[in-house]
Parts: sequence; C-alpha cells; structure tokens
Amino acid sequence: MKTSKRQAGFGSSLFELLSSMRFAIGLLTILAIASVVGTVLKQNEPYPNYAFEFGPFWFRVFEALGLYDVYHSAWFLVILTFLVVSTTLCIVRNGPGFIKEMKGYRDKASNVSLQAMKHSVELDGNIKPEKLAAYLSAQGYRFKVRERDDGATLFAAKKGAANRLGYFFAHIAMVVICIGGLLDGNLPLKLGELIGKVVPETRDIPQSQIPEPSRLSAGNLSFRGNVTIAENRSADVIFLNAGNGYLVQELPFIVTLKKFYVDYYSNGMPKLFASDIVVTDKKTGKETPAKVKVNHPLIIDGVAIYQASFGDGGSPLQLKGWNLAQPAMAPVMLRGTSLASQPLTANGRDYQLEFGELRVFNIESMGGEAGGEKSFSERMHDAREVKHEKALKNVGPSVTFKLRDAQGQAREYQQYMAPITQDGADYLVSGVRSEVAKPFQFLRLPLDDDGKLDTFMRLRAALLDPALFDQIAARTTAKAMQSQAISPAMQQQFQSSVKWVLARFAQGGFNGLETFLDDRVPADKRQAVAQTYVKILQGAVVDVMEVAQARAGVKPLTPDAKHYRFLLDSLVGVSSLHDYGSPVFLQLTGFEQVQASGLQMTRSPGKNLVYLGALMLVIGIMLMFYVREVRLWVLCYGDKVRVAMSSNRHSRDLDRDFARHTESLNQLVRDA
Amino acid sequence: MELVHSYENPSLLKRLSAVDWGYALLVLAAAAYTFVLYGDVLDYYEKLILAGAALGLVALGWFWKPWRAFFPASGALALAGVSLYHGDLGRAQTAFWLKYALSSQSAIMWMCTLFFLATAVFWVGLIRRSDTLQKMGSGLTWSAALLGLTGLFVRWYESYLIGSDVGHIPVSNLYEVFVLFCLITALMYLYYEAKFAARQLGAFVLLVITAAVGFILWYSFDRQAHEIQPLIPALQSWWMKIHVPANFVGYGSFALSAMLGIAELFVLRDAQRAETAGDEAQPGWFARRLPSADVIDEMMYKAIAVGFLFFTIATILGAMWAADAWGGYWSWDPKETWALIVWLNYAAWLHIRLVKGWRGAPLAWWAVIGIFVTSFAFLGVNMFLSGLHSYGGL
Ligand code: HEM
Repeated sequence: MKTSKRQAGFGSSLFELLSSMRFAIGLLTILAIASVVGTVLKQNEPYPNYAFEFGPFWFRVFEALGLYDVYHSAWFLVILTFLVVSTTLCIVRNGPGFIKEMKGYRDKASNVSLQAMKHSVELDGNIKPEKLAAYLSAQGYRFKVRERDDGATLFAAKKGAANRLGYFFAHIAMVVICIGGLLDGNLPLKLGELIGKVVPETRDIPQSQIPEPSRLSAGNLSFRGNVTIAENRSADVIFLNAGNGYLVQELPFIVTLKKFYVDYYSNGMPKLFASDIVVTDKKTGKETPAKVKVNHPLIIDGVAIYQASFGDGGSPLQLKGWNLAQPAMAPVMLRGTSLASQPLTANGRDYQLEFGELRVFNIESMGGEAGGEKSFSERMHDAREVKHEKALKNVGPSVTFKLRDAQGQAREYQQYMAPITQDGADYLVSGVRSEVAKPFQFLRLPLDDDGKLDTFMRLRAALLDPALFDQIAARTTAKAMQSQAISPAMQQQFQSSVKWVLARFAQGGFNGLETFLDDRVPADKRQAVAQTYVKILQGAVVDVMEVAQARAGVKPLTPDAKHYRFLLDSLVGVSSLHDYGSPVFLQLTGFEQVQASGLQMTRSPGKNLVYLGALMLVIGIMLMFYVREVRLWVLCYGDKVRVAMSSNRHSRDLDRDFARHTESLNQLVRDA
Repeated sequence: MELVHSYENPSLLKRLSAVDWGYALLVLAAAAYTFVLYGDVLDYYEKLILAGAALGLVALGWFWKPWRAFFPASGALALAGVSLYHGDLGRAQTAFWLKYALSSQSAIMWMCTLFFLATAVFWVGLIRRSDTLQKMGSGLTWSAALLGLTGLFVRWYESYLIGSDVGHIPVSNLYEVFVLFCLITALMYLYYEAKFAARQLGAFVLLVITAAVGFILWYSFDRQAHEIQPLIPALQSWWMKIHVPANFVGYGSFALSAMLGIAELFVLRDAQRAETAGDEAQPGWFARRLPSADVIDEMMYKAIAVGFLFFTIATILGAMWAADAWGGYWSWDPKETWALIVWLNYAAWLHIRLVKGWRGAPLAWWAVIGIFVTSFAFLGVNMFLSGLHSYGGL
C-alpha cells in the first residue's frame, strides 16, 4: 500500500488510522463477534420471555445493551458505519495510486532498478524492435517504447491492469451494499424514536385506537411488517416490530383475503401454502386479484407481499356441554367462535370461556417401527431403501380453550373432535393442563357402539348416584352368591363392602380409594386390599351399567369382551374426570373453518443497490483473484538485453512466466 | 522463419483438441435431449439453469481435462442405473446391479467404502513413501467420487419414482449435502493434487472426507436420514439448485485448505526442529514425505481464493432467494449471520496474506481455525440455534 505524503496533525493521523488495513481487519473481527452475539441470543422475542429467562437485573442490562435486537442496535449500526467509512477512506487513499499504476508503464525504470528486481536477467546480443513488439503483442502485453538519451531502448510492457480495477469494484461494492442496507434498515425509525416523534405501542388494543405517534404514513420509504387477515376480511395496515412494542404502518392499498389453501403430500408433509388475495388501490380503486405462495410473492406499488404464516381466522364452533356436577342432566348445545371469548355460567357460577385456535389437521407420528435389534442384512436392506412408509396419521380437528373462573384462575383444555382408535376401541381424547408451560395430560373417554359419549355419561351418572348403590350392591352380591364366589355367611359383609367401595369411588375415583388405603391400611396389606377393591369395582360396574341402562330405558349392553373393556375404560375415565377441574365437559361436535393468512409486506428501495453491489463484488473478486498484473521490461543497450519482470503479487506463476519469456527472448536474440 | 508465431499464447479455442470438442458435443447433446424430454415441464428459469449448467460443464471439462472422462462416466453409470429401474422403485432391492451397485444408496455406500480405502492407502503410501500406493490412493479417490456423483444422479431419479410431486434435485437436506460435500472436496483435491504434483497430501485431505463419510454412515444407519422426503414449500425454489451447490464449493474448499494448513504446520514444525538441531540435512518425518511448505501454502491460498469466490456467490444467491421466500434479502437469521462471519473471516485472511504479505504458520493456523468457524455455520447452527433455516436439522 502506498502512503500519501505524511503531514503532521490529528486529521491526517485519523485518516491514516481509519484507512489502514489494521483498522479494517479489526473492524471485520469486531463485526464478526458482534454478529455472533445476535445468533446466540434469540432475537426479537417478546420482552417478558427475556425477563423470565434472565431475571430483572440482567434483563435490564441486556435491554440497555440492545441485545434483544442486536442488528438494529445503535452500536451495531456504528460498527457498520465505521466499516463504510474505513472502506471509503481506503479507496480514497489507495485509489489515486492504483489509477496511476493502471495507466502508467513504469517506463522510466533504470537499468539499475531493473537489475535489482527479483526476476531479472541479462542476455547477450541484440533484438530487433519489430520482432520484440510483435512478440509482446502476441503475448497479450501492452507496451510503451522509450528511446533513452543514452541510446538505450526500453520496452515497458504490462498486462492485467484489470486486477486493480477489481480492487475498485470489490471495495466500492462494499460501500454500495452497506448504503443499500442502511436505506432498508430502520435508521429513520430509530432516529424518530430518539427524538420522540415515533412511539411504539405496547398495549394490545384495536388497530383503530392506536394513537398517531405509533402510526407511520404510507409514504414511509422502507418497512417490513406483518398482518394476519381472516378469510373474507381486509387489512390496510401492517404491524412492525419495534422493541417491546409495535408500530402501525399504513399501506397505499387494501388487501382482502379471499381464500387460504394448504395442500399436503401423501405422507402428511405440507406441500403448498397459498392465499388468494385482492389488492385494492386506495386512490384509484383499481382491484388486482393475485395468488401469493411461499417463494412467489406479489410485488405491487413497490411493496412485496409474501405468504408468511397461517392459522385459524376465528371459526364458528359447535359444542356439546356435559354438566359434570349434575351427571344425570342431558347435554346442552353451545356455540362459540375460536380465538374469541364468551361468558359461561355453570351451576350458578360465572366463568369466562376463552377459545384458542381451531386446528383442522393434526398430523401425529403413530409410534416408530417395531423394536428389537436388527440383523445386519435388515440394516443393509433399510440403508438401501430411500422410501419408508412413515406411520403418520391425521388425528383430525382439535380446539383449545381456557376456562377462567371469577378469581381469574384458568385451566387450559384441548379437545379432539374425531374418535381416536387405540387397540381396536374408539375414544374421545381431551387434554388438560393448569399451566401453559406444562404438557397436556390426556384423558380418554370410551365411546359407545354408536360412537357417542352418551353411554359413558349414563354410566358415570349411575356411578356417582348414591341412591342407586343399595340396589347395585344387592345385584352384585346375588351374582357372587350364584357363582359361589362367596359363601352365604359372607353375604352381608360383601354387600356392604360393595356399597362402601362404590361410595369411595364416587367421591374420589381410584385416587380416593388409594388415599383411604394409605391412611388406614398397614403397608404390608395394602397390595392385597387394593386388589380386592379393584376386583369388587370391576364386578360391580357391570351391574352399575345394567341399572343405568334400565333406568334410561335402553337395552342392556351385550355381555362380551368388547363391552367389558368399555366398562373398565369407563372406570378409568370417570376416575380421571375427578381431576379434570372443569364444571363442564365441552365436546367439540362441529365447526365451519375460517382460515387466516399471515402476510408479510416489505418495501425495500435499497434492494437494487444491494444487488448492484453484489454483482460488483463478484466481478471485483474475480478480477483480483484471477487477473494477474504483470510487468515486463526489455531494455536493449549496446549488445545487451536486460529482461525483468514483476508482479503486484509474488507467486509461482511469475517464476514460470519469467522462465518462459526469458527463453523465448533468448531465441529472438539469437535469431537477430 | 516464423518464430514469433510459435511463441504466441495460443487462444483458448486453438488449444482445444478433438476430445474437447467431442466432450462438448456430448454434453450439449445430452442437454438438448433433456430439453426435448422435459422442456414442457421446465419453467423459464429451469430452462436457463439447464442451459447454464450445460455451458458450465463444457467449460469445466475444457479447463480441467480429467473432467471430460469423469463426468460422462458418471452420467453413463447413472443412466445404466436408471434404466434398470423400469419405473419401479422396489427393484432397488431385487435387481442385482441395483441392489449391489447402482441404486443411489448402494452407490453412496460404495463411495463411503472407497473413501475409507483411499484414506488408508494414502496413509500407508505416505508412511512407506511409496508413489505407487499414493497413485492407488488417487485412483480410489477418483472412483469414490465417481460413485458419489452417480449416486446423487440416481437419487434424483428415484425421488421422481416416489411421486412426481416429490421429485427434486438431491441437495435439499443434510444427508444429501454431506454426500455433495465429500464429492466436491474430493474433486477439488484431485484438481490441486495434479496441478501441484502433490499427491502426498491426499493422506491429510482424505481425513476430513473420512470424517464426513463417518457422519453419513451414522446418519443413514442410525437415523434413517437417507429417506427421500418431499420438499416443504420454502424449499420449492429454483434458487436452491444453485445456492446449495455454490455453498458447498465454498465449504469444500475451506475444508480442503484447513487440511492443507495442518500438513503445512507439520512441515514447518519439522523445519524448525531441524534448524534448532542445526541439522538441516536431516529433515523430520513429515518434511521428508510432504511437499515443501511453500507449495502447500500456495495450494492453501488457491483453495481459499476459490472458496471465497464461491462462498460470496452462494451468499448472494442465498440473499436473493431469501428475498423471494422470506420477504427480505437479509434477515439476520442465524444461518445468514454465520455465513457472514465465515465470509468476514476469510476476507480478513485474504487481506492479511495479500496485502500484508504474511505467509507460513500464522495463516496455516488461521485456516485450521477457519474450518471450525465454517463447521459451525454448516452444522452447529442447525444443531444449536433456531431460525428460518430450520429444515437442515439433525
Ligand atoms: C468488508 C470489507 C472488505 C472486503 C470484503 C474486502 C475484500 C477484499 C478482497 C477479496 C481482496 C482481494 C485480495 C486480492 O486478491 O487482492 C481485497 C484486497 C484489498 N483490500 Fe479489501 N476488503 C474489504 C475492506 C477493505 C478495507 C477497509 C481496506 C482498507 C484498508 C481494504 C484494502 C484492501 C487492499 C489494499 C487490497 C489489495 C488490493 C490489491 O493490491 O490488489 N479492504 N479486499
């Protein structure tokens, strides 16, 4: 690198520093390290997540350092700015010298200086100027002939000046790319926030109520934000992330979502996400229908519209509400809308029912392959197979909701609509959890021959109805006597045991029985007593069912293995409903799907600059790497010819070139 | 006498032989035939890519002569494999040649085996200073690469047998790109090996390929990762076809340069020991067997230069793809950011070498560290960080 004339003074030493390689390398290193920070810490999460993770003190420290959005923090922008400045100054500093190099032939080189070169040789003899000129041109050199005062003739030749051009291309490219990036960055917004003109909104309020300082006009130069639109709804704003809050960006048009599609491959993986939209210009009213898919955005008015996400758009739901506190009551029909809240009154208490998302498809992996060690040939067989049948299954629609009581306590539920078949029997599955962070606990309620919940609920009503216990206990005892499982002497005691077990179970399910055992029965006997209780219950449940069916006036279940399993599953179901924590069991029975599409919209005027810079960068790098700048001097004086070569970069290639040229020129000298 | 003429740097076209032209004709004919067969289903960009690929392959063959045999041979093997399928994927387990050699998985397993063999032979060759063994090592590396490329071609075809909507170029998941990585690293090594007459370095370079092969085997046998999956919507883009291969030329050459860096460090250490011992006539174990540090240094520079160029192009292509798929050419997604870090790292390396004129141990160490940075961008990001590039996960 050439250093320009040294001048004392702060300005010039600053210039020296900023334009130096040392500084540039330092900057590149700092930039790299700063970038790492942003990849280690998840960026742009909601602030409460960070507060939760780091605790209040570090949360505040990291916030002050801008670590939640490193790449838009002031200090990061400062580094980038320094890089632009440094690269610019580097060009300014090296540029003039390089241009002179590109233009000049160094035809003032003296014999002494040529002699001093690493690649230099003296040949004996003469060379004809025309021949030399022809040779140099044939080799692709441009040259200048200089007759010296001392009678010597210097051919100063060079090629590969484009190498230096490469320097300009590559380094100007960096500046161009950074400027393009800054144009698209949020620098103006940051400045706006700094002087208080722009204030991010942090509350979750309707769009129309968001105050003016949080709104950006459609004239905004560059933006990138998102909006979620339900089918047959429209939006004319998008939301931009801004630290802990968001800003509202007005659009020059209105976007209406007509329909959202998802297609799946046969193995359940998604194949297509697409939205049919209509864009209506606010000024002219012109309508543009279009389909936006992933990888195929719509570009309109300088704004690009992307398919970014999708979800439920608020679908009408039908539910059947089973009052769990009054098991004999018939279910009531209930209507709701996903993603919306509604009040619910059950048994004289008020609740808030907050629906979450309706998911129409739930693709689940149904367990892996059969276990066991595989033989070598089986493994080889598998290794050759590029297609495996995956046990993926769509388990059908589901909806989540929270039920919040008057004190604000809530539990979350997940209801599947379709029966789920396990080992040949059908169940209705419902998940419950008391905290969002916990996994759902699932309970399975067995479905009857008609695929309904009614028989189970009828059984449950009977199981929880003490008025029936005498009758049931009598039946069970009679049957036991008949099959001679108990002696007549034990009849009375057995009957009261049955009644007692039923009453315990009604109060607390299996857990209730267990608590009793733990409290009253010595540890060594518990196992045996528990088995007896369970046996009694398993015998009695048949009678409970019979009584329940008779009471409802429906015909009894045929006594077979399938129905017996139904009864046992029902016991488990009734028992787990004790811990369900909801006054009602809301069964999803129907819905009309309304989807929503998440669209991202961007305006990035810097994009073309960035692409231009990218192109220049590639051209520049190619020129710098693959065009070698070489100079060749042939000085003819007296009976001697001096040949010297140099290159801006030492490499093996120069040795080879030099040897080749020396040999060729030697030939020419001899032929002369 | 027309001496001047004989000194002329003959222009490229004049330097081409009949074989060059034959090769070019073959590639163009194959491209034309592909066009006739599939022209209807290719979109505008895909046609452009086809034409570009054909021209690129011709140029590559002219520039690097062994490619003229390698590429057609692999193409012929792949076509043989394809023709054995009769449109039925199940034949991979029954037809003899598919089962044992030409189904994509068999070919890739052969590639793995041959790479292992090549590594072993290179090392024995290095220890015994046997040129013959080292030639064998090169031969094995060539055949491994041949089967690797064949395997990828056949896999491409197989994906269409699974379903016409499933079919796609095999550069879409970690398993496929690992095969690509082995292939590209091996081919780049073979190029430099011939150019610098430095066959002794195979022992080092093949180590990194062996590591990748080990990963492939684990990934395939333990995780069944070789299954062909359809493309999720984000990957259904013609950008993928060029972005990923360009990236892997970058990764491959950075890996290559790191291994050369290690070799150079051994040679330099030997030289230093000899110097301190004052016994320059007795170079150490490595110095006796490996090319001089200067040669390795220059190879390393060449590899990093090519890698840097391709990595730059790949990153730019990635940005253009992101602009289509994610709504912005740069989102500071962890993968993007790490690509930038890798790029900055090598930019600094190049400046130090070319502008400051450094050589030797510091730069060799730096190249070795570079592979860790690169591996993190390649694998670590998928394993430890989440982001938009989440499909390459382990
Ligand atoms: C991110 C920013 C930069 C990138 C990506 C970059 C890239 C490059 C590349 C790839 C080369 C090619 C090496 C070669 O083959 O000659 C190069 C050379 C060079 N760079 Fe940079 N550079 C950057 C910033 C700077 C800065 C800030 C300076 C100023 C101090 C600088 C000064 C130089 C010089 C003097 C050369 C040698 C040119 C020659 O002799 O042909 N670079 N740069």
